[in-house]
Amino acid sequence: MTTLDWVKQKFLPLLEREKIKKVHVIKSIDDIITEIMSKLLVVSASPHVHSGESTPRLMYNVVLALIPALAVTLFYFGLGALIITSISIVSCLFFELLIQKFLLKVKPTISDGSALVTGLILAFNLPSNLPWWIVVIGALVAIGVGKMSFGGLGRNPFNPALVGRVFLLISFPVQMTRWPLPIESRMSYIDAVTGATPLAIVKEGLSKGELMSNITDQIPSHMQLFMGAMGGSLGEIAAFALLIGFVWMLLTRVITWHIPVSIFATIGLFTGVLWLINPEANADPIFHLLTGGVMLGAIFMATDYVTSPMHPKGMWIFGIGIGLITVIIRVWGAYPEGISFAILIMNAFVPLINRYMKPKRFGEVSK
Amino acid sequence: MLKTFPKGGVHPPENKFSASKPIEVLPLPERVVIPISQHIGAPSSPVVAKGDKVKVGQLIAKSSGFVSANIHSSVSGTVESLDPVLDSSGYKKPAITIVVEGDDWLPEIDKTTDLRKEFTLSAEEIIAKINEAGIVGLGGATFPSHVKLSIPKGKKADVLIINGVECEPYLTSDHRLMLERAEDLMVGIMLLKKALGVEKALIGIENNKPDAIAHLKNVAKSYVGIEVHALKVKYPQGGEKQLIKSLINREVPSGGLPIDVGTVVHNVGTTLAVYEAVQKNKPLIERVVTITGKNIKNAGNYMVRIGTPISKLIEVAGGLPENTGKVVNGGPMMGKALNSIDAPVTKGTSGVILFPEKESLRGTPQPACIRCGKCIQVCAMGLEPFLLSRLSQRKMFERLEMERVIDCMECGSCSYVCPAKLPLLDYIRLGKAEVFAIIRARKN
Repeated sequence: MTTLDWVKQKFLPLLEREKIKKVHVIKSIDDIITEIMSKLLVVSASPHVHSGESTPRLMYNVVLALIPALAVTLFYFGLGALIITSISIVSCLFFELLIQKFLLKVKPTISDGSALVTGLILAFNLPSNLPWWIVVIGALVAIGVGKMSFGGLGRNPFNPALVGRVFLLISFPVQMTRWPLPIESRMSYIDAVTGATPLAIVKEGLSKGELMSNITDQIPSHMQLFMGAMGGSLGEIAAFALLIGFVWMLLTRVITWHIPVSIFATIGLFTGVLWLINPEANADPIFHLLTGGVMLGAIFMATDYVTSPMHPKGMWIFGIGIGLITVIIRVWGAYPEGISFAILIMNAFVPLINRYMKPKRFGEVSK
Repeated sequence: MLKTFPKGGVHPPENKFSASKPIEVLPLPERVVIPISQHIGAPSSPVVAKGDKVKVGQLIAKSSGFVSANIHSSVSGTVESLDPVLDSSGYKKPAITIVVEGDDWLPEIDKTTDLRKEFTLSAEEIIAKINEAGIVGLGGATFPSHVKLSIPKGKKADVLIINGVECEPYLTSDHRLMLERAEDLMVGIMLLKKALGVEKALIGIENNKPDAIAHLKNVAKSYVGIEVHALKVKYPQGGEKQLIKSLINREVPSGGLPIDVGTVVHNVGTTLAVYEAVQKNKPLIERVVTITGKNIKNAGNYMVRIGTPISKLIEVAGGLPENTGKVVNGGPMMGKALNSIDAPVTKGTSGVILFPEKESLRGTPQPACIRCGKCIQVCAMGLEPFLLSRLSQRKMFERLEMERVIDCMECGSCSYVCPAKLPLLDYIRLGKAEVFAIIRARKN
């Protein structure tokens, strides 16, 4: 069609809707054409194409990456896992909606998937026999205090799910450290048979002065640990499922490898050195990597965009810091597990890291 | 491993629909509109008046300084007006409108397609001819070419780089030119080498044009000191600094020019124009323009006289598709959206892209940056776009200067990847303009 036909076809309906009111004051025919044209053509600054990447797509890819671990936890902890996960997700979404709608009075953004991710990860950090109301309190703290009090997605300094978990750990230390046994507790919720986590067994044994070679009989083998057959929080148990999620997030370019790998390397090296110095007083590095929340924390929580550094150099510092603090807490601290605290502590350093760890500028003039 | 620049970059869908379409000559329009400012630098001053008769190739506006360029009539006919006309910027700009009558060329211009290889001119004579012909960078930046060739005292070039990268999606004008005008191009390169006093020239071409790479490699065999290099496909490799890094691994310092690392970069289109100007006395009056889009009937490449309305080009390519929502002058990453398709083709117009309605509107930005750092990963200049954008929004211009906003070449990779669809580059542009103004004020 000719330009004029195109203009007519597009312009007439517009005119009918009286969207163009300026026409009668414009003088020449050229001006009219221009006026019409600029109403019909989109004029925006470059670039005119977009990668199609979006915040929800990234978030739902994280959810997909968590599915293998969810399947494993449903297999080991069954009913309890299902109840905890559902309650956590529903309450996180609910609190986000409530706070955005009635307190902040902004357009709710629960469909962006970020509250869903927080809900899932919070659930993954809880034991499967936790009373439901404690889960709800955790969700309220995670979303309300951890996220919304700072202004919502993108503005919170600390990982919301971890804020929720640590709040619960300090407020309900008894309920938060009774760990149902895998498989045996599949059909039960509150009344599940409980036992200690491998990390706790080791910590307790070593603190009594026992030798590692005697403790080894009481803890699962490395293979069992890798497959997740141990007591623990919902989502932290199965290393292999979490690693599948890691690969998925790498393939879909949701995250880069820097943070998880630097955490693994630091923990592996640090505990490896301790183990080589005295294998009877320290657990081996593989044990340290496969137990507790290292996998879940390094892959899914330390990599939270909002609360981690934005540049690879900074990511290394962040990851090494988390690794060091985790091992220090595990070996010398009061708690058997320390990655939650380690991540939160390093979260606090992120603004500083971002400020001073700059990417290498192109053509930087050395002074 | 193919060469490329190490830091940043994106790879948008290429969509080079017109790559197999030979360059056709676009029929003459009824009138041409030739803006007097088609280049970076001072606008030229018109030397014709209303009612004057002009011939093809006749000087109609004179360069008004060192960084400026002559403008020649691209048609023969009568000067109709010197009034401002709407151009690609969306504003009315001073222009010379000429009503076309016949096609009467100045006699000294060699219109034939015969290859003229031999030249005896000195470097100064070559640069003078380039200056005379009003040649500017045809890759899109439109920087006057004679300025690039006039090397400041104390600097020295040792290698010439020819930019055949064409990293913008959709565009194919340089690609076709390399395939169809390879010999002319080689002579142009020899001329540029002579003008710069260098022995070696490197042509950089992205690997998505294997036919052009093979062809130029073959043709280059009969010329001394011309190498053709295949490069990995990565936007914005056509940026001068990136191309230099890719080819000779030198880094142009911040605020510096290619000559600071001993090189000068010219686009293949510019090189062809140099050949025609020096060997055939033909000033810059036409260029290859790609007309393309997902719904256009005959996407293609045309030799277009400067000043031809873009609407003429669209009509020849089969007319505006019904669902057209946006018309872009240039590539999809850096081109300008037009508010009127009657804007003229200028020296910097490498292509015109028609976008369907559903691809025209930018996505609605999310409420917040989620600090994913993707913009940092893709920035080829090693900047932090999220930070620059935020500082610009908060008018923190001192900090913005410290964070080197002036290094930004506005390639758009940051806005392209941003998952929150934030208008990062829009804010960076604003801040950059502000910082430049502050720097200028400080100097005065």
